[in-house]
Amino acid sequence: MLVVTMFGTRASSHAQQPDAVAISVKGHHFQPAEIRAPANKSIVLRMKNLDATPMEFESVSLRVEKVVAPGGEGVINIRPLAPGRYEFIDDFHQEARGTLIVQ
Amino acid sequence: MFAALIIVFREVFEAGLIVGIVLAVTRGVGHRGSWIGSGVLGGVLGASLVAGFAGALSAAFAGTGQELFNAAILGVAVVMLTWHNVWMARHGRALAAEIRAAGEAVVAGSKTMAGLAVVVGIAVLREGFEGVLFLYGVVVSSEAGSGLSILGGGIVGVLLGGGVCALTYWGLLSIPTRRLFSVTSALIAFLAAGMAAQATAFLEQANAVTVLPQVVWDSSLILPDTSILGRALRTLIGYSDRPTAMQLCVYLAVLAAILLLMRAFASPQPLAKRAQA
Repeated sequence: MLVVTMFGTRASSHAQQPDAVAISVKGHHFQPAEIRAPANKSIVLRMKNLDATPMEFESVSLRVEKVVAPGGEGVINIRPLAPGRYEFIDDFHQEARGTLIVQ
Repeated sequence: MFAALIIVFREVFEAGLIVGIVLAVTRGVGHRGSWIGSGVLGGVLGASLVAGFAGALSAAFAGTGQELFNAAILGVAVVMLTWHNVWMARHGRALAAEIRAAGEAVVAGSKTMAGLAVVVGIAVLREGFEGVLFLYGVVVSSEAGSGLSILGGGIVGVLLGGGVCALTYWGLLSIPTRRLFSVTSALIAFLAAGMAAQATAFLEQANAVTVLPQVVWDSSLILPDTSILGRALRTLIGYSDRPTAMQLCVYLAVLAAILLLMRAFASPQPLAKRAQA
């Protein structure tokens, strides 16, 4: 019974198209360093790495670790989030920091 | 240098734990050194290869190639660990009792040695991949001088990871031989279940698995995944500070499956009776 309910909730939220948010890293800095997304909705982050070195998009609060090759683009799927600030960094160049603001 | 040390050590640490466990599990098995050595070597080569093709891998499957690849190799490791445990349940009890009876041990233990070598290779590949990429980035981008110091940090990180491996090994060996078998069987069952849960997390990140996405608990304030203890527990028992319901289900299912298979294939006579006979 419980399982059925869980499947049901998921199916309804899955019907919505996820919002795509584009972000890039250049000179080991996120551009833009602050991105916004709606709450309780799936988000797709398209992470472009414009540097000549690999980067790793990492966020503890978003539970994401994703390596993006030089000149490559990483697609990061984020499940619906509660409103708040979610910090992320480039794990390979930790001076690169950014925030996802969910409203 | 210190930042590089931390980044590399973090990756090597988990592989070190797994190699240490495999070494302890295979104590007394002939040629295990060359099996495990080739596992480590294969893992390092594989990590370099995967790092070299990181761009192509990421771009595959609509940008989720990395996650699917991770999930797939973790799946292979789960199968190998399960096979080892089931096989040992069938044939290992006698072995554990008389592990010094070298002749038999060599024949028996080496059956699943290839599987364990694959597990070692996968552990090293998975953890080494990021270390290789990080160090590659340093080499490509560094101004003269700073690169050397960072490479030095990386090397110290690898050595410390080796230390973790040695500590795990000696720690497990301090357990009496008779109990070692049950301890390592349990360790491997938890290791496999944890890997299955991690594979599930990767599939969720790739949006390949979307059912039961609810987070069951949040213990990230008490014991975050990113702390050293959190990492150790994640490797050993599959700890996660915010597991989804699906991860928990997979974890429990794999754990139950391994225990049931071990029971189903267990040798007909329990060890105690056989020892008395």
